[in-house]
Amino acid sequence: MTGTMPKWADVLLIPLINLVLALLVSGIVVLWIGENPLEALRVILVGSVGSAYGWGYTLYYATNFTFTGLAVAVAFHARMFNIGGEGQATLGGLGAALVCLSIDWPHWTLAMPAAILGALVFGAAWASIPAYLQARRGSHIVITTIMFNFIASALLVYLLVNVLKPPGQMAAETASFPEGAHLPSAHEMFAWIGVSFPKSPPLNVSFLLAMAACFFVWALIWRTRLGYSIRAFGWSETAAVYAGISPFRITMITLLISGALAGLMAVNSVMGEAERLLIDAVQGAGFVGIAVALMGRSHPFGVFLAAVLFGILYQGGAELEFELPAVSREMIVVIQALVILFTGALDNLVRTPVERLFLKFRPRPA
Amino acid sequence: MNVANAPSRQETAAPAIELTGISKAFGPVQANRDISLAVQPGTIHGIVGENGAGKSTLMSILYGFYRADAGEIYVNGDLVSIPDSQAAIRAGIGMVHQHFKLVENFSVLENVVLGAEEGYLLGPSLDKARTLLTELADEYKLEVDPDAIVEELSVGHQQRVEILKALFRKADILILDEPTGVLTPAEADHLFRILKSLRDEGKTIILITHKLREIMAVTDTVSVMRRGEMTATLKTSETSPQHLAELMVGREVLLRVTKTEAKPGDKVLKIENISVTDDRGVKTLKGISLFVSKGEILGIAGVAGNGQTELLEVLGGITPAEGKIKVNGEEIQCSGPNSDARTRRSCGIAHVPEDRQRLGLIMDFFAWENMAFGYHHDLRYNRNWLFMNNVMMRSVTADAMSRFDVRPSSPTALARSFSGGNQQKIVLAREIERNPSILVVGQPTRGVDIGAIEFIHQRILELRNAGSAILLVSVELDEILSLSDRVAVMFDGRIIGERITKDTDERELGLLMAGVTDQAT
Amino acid sequence: MDLATALQILDSMLRLSAPLLFACLAGLFSERAGIFDIGLEGKMLASAFFSAAVAAFTGSVWLGLAAGLTASMILAMVHGLASITFRGNQLISGVAINFLASGMTALIGQNWFKIGGRTPSLSGDSRFLELDLPFADALGAVPFLGPTYRDLLSGHTLLVYVALAAVPATWWILFRTRFGLRLRAVGENPEAVDTGGLSVTALRYQATLICGFLCGLGGAYLSTGLAAGFIRDMTAGKGFIALAALIFAKWRPGYALCACLLFGLLEAISIRYQSIEIEGVGTVPLQLMQALPYILTVIILAGFVGKAIPPKAGGQPYVKER
Repeated sequence: MTGTMPKWADVLLIPLINLVLALLVSGIVVLWIGENPLEALRVILVGSVGSAYGWGYTLYYATNFTFTGLAVAVAFHARMFNIGGEGQATLGGLGAALVCLSIDWPHWTLAMPAAILGALVFGAAWASIPAYLQARRGSHIVITTIMFNFIASALLVYLLVNVLKPPGQMAAETASFPEGAHLPSAHEMFAWIGVSFPKSPPLNVSFLLAMAACFFVWALIWRTRLGYSIRAFGWSETAAVYAGISPFRITMITLLISGALAGLMAVNSVMGEAERLLIDAVQGAGFVGIAVALMGRSHPFGVFLAAVLFGILYQGGAELEFELPAVSREMIVVIQALVILFTGALDNLVRTPVERLFLKFRPRPA
Repeated sequence: MNVANAPSRQETAAPAIELTGISKAFGPVQANRDISLAVQPGTIHGIVGENGAGKSTLMSILYGFYRADAGEIYVNGDLVSIPDSQAAIRAGIGMVHQHFKLVENFSVLENVVLGAEEGYLLGPSLDKARTLLTELADEYKLEVDPDAIVEELSVGHQQRVEILKALFRKADILILDEPTGVLTPAEADHLFRILKSLRDEGKTIILITHKLREIMAVTDTVSVMRRGEMTATLKTSETSPQHLAELMVGREVLLRVTKTEAKPGDKVLKIENISVTDDRGVKTLKGISLFVSKGEILGIAGVAGNGQTELLEVLGGITPAEGKIKVNGEEIQCSGPNSDARTRRSCGIAHVPEDRQRLGLIMDFFAWENMAFGYHHDLRYNRNWLFMNNVMMRSVTADAMSRFDVRPSSPTALARSFSGGNQQKIVLAREIERNPSILVVGQPTRGVDIGAIEFIHQRILELRNAGSAILLVSVELDEILSLSDRVAVMFDGRIIGERITKDTDERELGLLMAGVTDQAT
Repeated sequence: MDLATALQILDSMLRLSAPLLFACLAGLFSERAGIFDIGLEGKMLASAFFSAAVAAFTGSVWLGLAAGLTASMILAMVHGLASITFRGNQLISGVAINFLASGMTALIGQNWFKIGGRTPSLSGDSRFLELDLPFADALGAVPFLGPTYRDLLSGHTLLVYVALAAVPATWWILFRTRFGLRLRAVGENPEAVDTGGLSVTALRYQATLICGFLCGLGGAYLSTGLAAGFIRDMTAGKGFIALAALIFAKWRPGYALCACLLFGLLEAISIRYQSIEIEGVGTVPLQLMQALPYILTVIILAGFVGKAIPPKAGGQPYVKER
């Protein structure tokens, strides 16, 4: 039975209960290791949001996760599970790096749009093959995108080792990007308006790009004809055909948008932070996107909140390692796993009883 | 309350099945109310009733799919409890479901033994089943190749596998739920011969159907259900289809909508030699030709599964076909990129699909989103090339809902929260409000309550009177007879005959639906 | 290439195929019953860690194996709970299990041993040792067959032979027993099983547990047979290669063996040679060899070389029709 719950319960209450359950189980794990979970929570919070420095890292991570989360969310609306954000972001990194290294950019305002284009084209291109195979040949998108993650990582290693690495350099990475491709960091941007912000956090102008991406996805899904078609296709493919919506077209477009969003992450991580292309530049953010999209109920605003939450966990997790050596930063991977498990796979564990509760206390129709 | 041991054969007086006071509710819907029924052993007992009368629920209780809220079940005079299918099988009850429960890529043998294997190894069970199948094939005309893969068998043969499954489980009582819905008349006749020989061997058979012809042809006794209640049990030989129909519907049947004489104009829709081949290479439409004129309703009658669905889907732009379709004399594409549903709508063809929940509506969209469904490219629903006009969609919906008396009249309710009749009204409102030059409509009143039926019929007639050409597909002969001006009968993917409605009757159409052609009579 | 080199590569192929084979057959049981499982990787990893950890503590590889199997089967139960009882999304559950295993093993490993998430090196009774088949040395003198027997077939750990034996066993169970028939039926049409009076839930849980058991064997082999101890994320995508092999094999045990041997061979070659020269083609980069299993699977999935049709009810939770 659906429609028994008010909307706020569906979008707010249930994710919150799921999150609390995930944290509760994580707390038990911490306890088992022999540390105080409340102390761990305090360290995470202080480390991530207790200072401008912490915020600088938290929001930097959140920027990455917003992109990959939106990528998963857009595909979810068409009932497709794009698990290939990792590979698409890897290729996005390649695209951004090629653009940044191509010429000696005079100014970041020129370099950034070009790099955005490079990142999203490469990300979308990497999604296009699984998209086509899904749309035309019915190859399951989940399996093909998993395969493409591995292929992407092999491809990148090959390119870095054999092609992109400057001669004579040991490390498998590209040369540093030219000065003109440097994106303004939060430190620099706050300085423009006369506010001081620590220098080291990697938060940069890409954060604004992530916000824009959220707005773009919201408008796309709920305000455009394309979004209408994507949602209709997602709910029912047969009905979509009845309405004259082409499944091939929607599958392709949705996954290209999804891949492009994942690719955009590189503008933040490759161009904004590392300023060169490294092996494993994505560092699992593609997978975090799954948790973020699930938590955020595939709504851009929810995705953003969930991305900040995971930013807190990632930044706080790094602090955790310093403060409580017994709890290594893999604790964050565990929490992430539990969030995915409770919000994604075990959703009915919470949903069914909550629905029953609402049914019980529902005002009787007169 | 235990399952009976070996059914005692001496008490031949005891009914094979006796139900007393069975009630079952799903939420607020009372599907079965205080039902009592006795079925004598060695007879074929029919249960008739309209869709939604509670027949299937009752049989699901008997087969352990649901538990009754109240009431008792006796098998051969012994009180039994049937909490699951396993218990039903132990009590000697077998069921042939309307939708077969077969594993399609298994062989016939594997399907027959599944769940009734003896021992951990498969070999002995398969050998035993093979022997039994040969015996049954001779005894009851139940021939099926034991090694055939089920998905390669015809529907009629698949049904035989279902019967064999039940017999392999030593069922003495066989329930068949709407068994002929998907069969050709020849297959149905073969089925009836099988049922009769099973009865003659002492098996008890319960036949659920809404087709009176079958009841008259094959049953010994018949029970009528209406709105969850059992209204009568009669000897078949002492009743007539007319009488049964009245009991089923609970009012004088043939309650026809009063309508004015049609004034057919130009032939707006013309299709010539349309054929469709499905994924499995089976021809589902075999060269259909017909036309519909302005201001006329053409009814398509026929037993479900004779190509009506495909015809609707071809016209609606869902299934590509070979042949010619002409709208106002101009040929439109039958296959390829310009044969999709959007193009059809732009030609002025509106389509009310047979299955509103699977095709006509997005159940998780709001009513206002559904009101634009299929017409979301319309200028009035869009602000510009990119953005849609949600405000306009809501106001259009509010108007349409009040004109079509949709309840609750709330554009922001999800489609799934409406009742079947109101969902249908939303679809009809969407398609009819545009005054299409052609309306293609399938089963407009399936699963719709009586009050809404009359409303829907009126609207379709109004559209005709306003000059639209209407093609109406329905398996309810009453509906065809009361609405249409001409009737075409489909059989096995062809149009087997065509009549002017006022010059024909149920009997003649029934013969056509059974595949008896003009030449043969 | 001489016989000795060829035998060495093939020998290494067998070693490297064994974990793939365990995971692939694990996936086969699960998916044949209609439960998609992309959490093979996680279950192997969990088993690899707990096998090595308990073996390190107790000095007994058998206790290690038991611990590994338990860990893997617990994760399998979680997957079952999510996808059968709570009718959740099986793919998402698999993803979660992979992360859970990856995080937990590293976390607990660091906590217990404090050497960067590794376990101490295992030796002696805390490892599966290589077995010499009878007369291996004596027959070694026979031309061709002798060295093949001695260098290729003999000298593997017990679990390699178990993996090979699991192939015919799986075939036999699936196609020759009552349980196999029911298992295949529940993955194709659970309604048929339900109306036949059998429990869909019970069958699917059984399949999931078998899947956990086999993944457990695979993981234990990784850390106590193939290697001498656990290192972080040591499965390194093997669970996904196994998944690829499963699709490659079209969910059939015999083909699964071939696919796993092929992928094992590719890995063996890429370990032995940094790059391969092919006359007229040029150098084949190492990374291409590593990516080849994935590329081949995509080609198979695309249906260019035969069509891979998964079990029909796969991935969908069973809900009784009303």
